[in-house]
Amino acid sequence: MDFYLGLMQIIGVHTLLGLSAYCVLLTGQVSLAQAGFFAIGAYVAGMLTVLAQWPLVPALGVSAVVAGAMACAVGFPALRVKGLMLVVATIAFGEAVRLFFFNFTYQVQAGNLKLGPHGAEGFRQIRYFPENGWTTLDVMLFIWTVVALVMAGVWWLDRSRAGAVLRAVGEDELAAQSTGINITAVKVSAMTIGGVIAGIGGGIFAHYTTHIEHVQFGVVLATFAIAYPILGGLSNVLGTLLAVIFIQGFLIEGLRFMGDWRNLLFGGLIVLAMNVRPRGLLDAGAMLALKRLVVPSGDRNGA
Amino acid sequence: MLDLQGLTKHFGGVRAVDGIDLAVARGEIVGLIGPNGSGKSTIVNLICGLLPPTAGRVVFNGADITRLPPHARVTLGIARTFQNIRLFGQLTVWQNLWVAQNSGEQRNQNFLRRWLGGSSGAWEEINRTLEFFDLAHKRDELAANLAFGEQRRLEFARALAAKPALLLLDEPAAGMNAEEVDQLDGRIRKLRQGGITVLLIEHHVELVMSVADRVAVLNFGQKIAEGTPAFVQADPAVREAYLGTAAVA
Repeated sequence: MDFYLGLMQIIGVHTLLGLSAYCVLLTGQVSLAQAGFFAIGAYVAGMLTVLAQWPLVPALGVSAVVAGAMACAVGFPALRVKGLMLVVATIAFGEAVRLFFFNFTYQVQAGNLKLGPHGAEGFRQIRYFPENGWTTLDVMLFIWTVVALVMAGVWWLDRSRAGAVLRAVGEDELAAQSTGINITAVKVSAMTIGGVIAGIGGGIFAHYTTHIEHVQFGVVLATFAIAYPILGGLSNVLGTLLAVIFIQGFLIEGLRFMGDWRNLLFGGLIVLAMNVRPRGLLDAGAMLALKRLVVPSGDRNGA
Repeated sequence: MLDLQGLTKHFGGVRAVDGIDLAVARGEIVGLIGPNGSGKSTIVNLICGLLPPTAGRVVFNGADITRLPPHARVTLGIARTFQNIRLFGQLTVWQNLWVAQNSGEQRNQNFLRRWLGGSSGAWEEINRTLEFFDLAHKRDELAANLAFGEQRRLEFARALAAKPALLLLDEPAAGMNAEEVDQLDGRIRKLRQGGITVLLIEHHVELVMSVADRVAVLNFGQKIAEGTPAFVQADPAVREAYLGTAAVA
């Protein structure tokens, strides 16, 4: 049972990571910096609960603000470049963050233990959950409450005028400028929102794994972040959730019995999925079919 | 209202626009014609800010806007359409107008209301504009799924969503049949009655001669004639630019 609860936790946290990339991707920007914001959130929240003895929720709030501010600051120079150049610039940022934490040591003595991040050895003993008596189920429920709130927020944003503007910039920057949209402001805002969500995700990640280190926040994580919304499709946030379940639940955990063959199949299945559903697992057509299932046909004719 | 002063744009060694002076008064419809490659579209891009000029100034309502970014010019009241249609294809017809509501007045609304929903007044404006362009029945259709003529109308409608004072139409009649050109002619006239100034860049000489109060003719980036449609048509330099020297002689 604990295995499934643990899996649900992973899926929840990765959904937050995927949603952060989703917001940026709506404006047509492929950012590989999301793992960097995730790392910032993880270290900030961890240090607040471990070193400053803060409760978890305000610590997550601060990690969201710090990661969001970082995303905003990075957004201005990074979003001046486009396409591949943006990918390179954001990878560079992500690696810079990772290497910062590789060299970052800030420890305090607590009894006979030293607490805090310790460079290459990482940041151990983020024991907020066990110390406060949270069970795996509690943690899982907490994570999914946050995921549900964030997903609802992004869904709502997506359906608002702001969402339409993000998509307009993603479709045609020249036309967007010419209709009076300040594309720099829009892109930096999307990056900031993405940073906030990644910061929350990272903060939660630090607490359920209890031990974070720089290698966890490398290019692989950044690639996963961007893969979720691309594989899931940009028609709405549910696509990202579906893609996380598909990759984390099915490809990574579900195929574990295959041993080393799994990695081979993993790549193959993603390529296959993208070929069968080039607009993502949940494209506009699939959403329409889902709607038909939910809404009885009589109502539809009436509308 | 619009005043181009010595406007110049060089691409490498090519003088796409070469010292153009052109004034457009409020309420006027000015036609800008010229053979292919004479610099018409470059002028539109210079006016709306997508290209920085090599030299010269763009003055709008007395203010120098030469260095202003494109979105700020829309806020001041300059909107445009594109020669090759550039819609937001994966947005609905309605959303295409929704995102384009960026006039100064629309920007001054309550921040949250503007970004999250919009006022019922703004929605009514969208619906009215769609009615005017005979697109109301397509409002929930994706822009990419519209027929060509409908896409042209939608782009025109989107330019109006920001309530411009000056409208730059870059070859709006390209690819249209005679009936559609007639409708376009009617719409441009109606807009002028509503107080909108129009700079019409067009290949379709008949349309320009029919609606424009004044016509400027470009050739190789320079203005070779300017005046009433009848005057311009009789000008030997214009005939030469369009028909070649031999034909005139």
